[in-house]
Amino acid sequence: MDGIHDLGGRQGFGPIPRGAAAESSFTADWQRRVFGMSLIGRLANIDAFRHAVERLDPVLYLTAGYWGRWLAALELLERESDSGAQGDATGSPVRTLDRPPRFRTGDCVRVRDHRTNGHTRLPGYVRGRRGVVLLEQGAWIYPDTHAHGEGEQPQYAYAVRFEGRELWGQTAEATSFVHVDLFEPYLEHCPTPGLESGSEERSE
Amino acid sequence: MSDDLAIRAEALEALLTERGLVNAEAIDAVVSHFENDLGPLNGAQVVARAWTDPAYRKRLLADGTRAIAELGFEGPQGDKIVVVENTPEVHNLVVCTLCSCYPWPVLGLPPAWYKSPAYRARAVREPRAVLQEFGVELADDVEVRVWDSSAEIRYLVLPARPAGSEDLGIEALRALVSRDAMIGVATVTHPGGGA
Repeated sequence: MDGIHDLGGRQGFGPIPRGAAAESSFTADWQRRVFGMSLIGRLANIDAFRHAVERLDPVLYLTAGYWGRWLAALELLERESDSGAQGDATGSPVRTLDRPPRFRTGDCVRVRDHRTNGHTRLPGYVRGRRGVVLLEQGAWIYPDTHAHGEGEQPQYAYAVRFEGRELWGQTAEATSFVHVDLFEPYLEHCPTPGLESGSEERSE
Repeated sequence: MSDDLAIRAEALEALLTERGLVNAEAIDAVVSHFENDLGPLNGAQVVARAWTDPAYRKRLLADGTRAIAELGFEGPQGDKIVVVENTPEVHNLVVCTLCSCYPWPVLGLPPAWYKSPAYRARAVREPRAVLQEFGVELADDVEVRVWDSSAEIRYLVLPARPAGSEDLGIEALRALVSRDAMIGVATVTHPGGGA
């Protein structure tokens, strides 16, 4: 979903908080309880939990603080769930697939204009952008289905390398690259030059 | 507001306890594990070993997960750890723009600033400005590589070994390696190194 959580590249946030409170993981005991409950409470698998955080009201998301968000997400999941355990938040998401990866290291890929009203791990700032597969990262539970009770449907993931200019245009800093781990369904091969009009605007 | 949150957390714990999903001792145990057994000292041990053992460094860069497990560090949020190396030509920086992904087995739980909207928004867009805020000045021709931990792969930065540290043993080196250097927002310096 195009939620407030999808923060990559958003502007206007100002300096990064520093100082003693910013250095610690917890600043109050209730935060420790919230962390512990989220880890062992089995209210959701990790993908459904992340999606619960994403579904919070955007203003609350930005003002409740990190552990305030987790608390609100746990409350939401508690209300939505019935009596039993709903999922394991700490199990290994590594899987194997008997089909070969569709992309190989060195391939030029374009990120699909993949949209969903649900959970996805595709950051909005790379949609439609071109990059190069740098690492084949193996197969994993697919968060987009797993967050919604639609099964693991494992997919290959790839670290894709994007040039700063491809992502940020004229505002990009010098000599910078961003690497994003993307699941196979988010990607397509770069179109062959000349076969698709209008696809050449963003890169050279 | 923090009092309200504390009351709500207590109420939630009571509800989940009633449902048989948590109990106070189990929460204490898991929190204690994360606060006491995990942390950047683990990552610093990995880094110091890589600085002093070329064969280990090679294994670490080829398969971070396995080389890190050799030292006994593994577990949740460490299913696949990729180690990226800083050199005079390349500087790496790790972020999670969508939430707060972090390599728990080697760094523990992330500091609040790593999870702040400002860091998550800016690290991918203006990494040099972010680094400058943290006191890291890079020449324009140093390549900045940002790693957005958007799937379940986690990243650990192998900082450059500081000048003047040639005579230090592995424990002394380990003490130089900060959490921030392994996220990529700091470099490692050796105050007594004279360089």
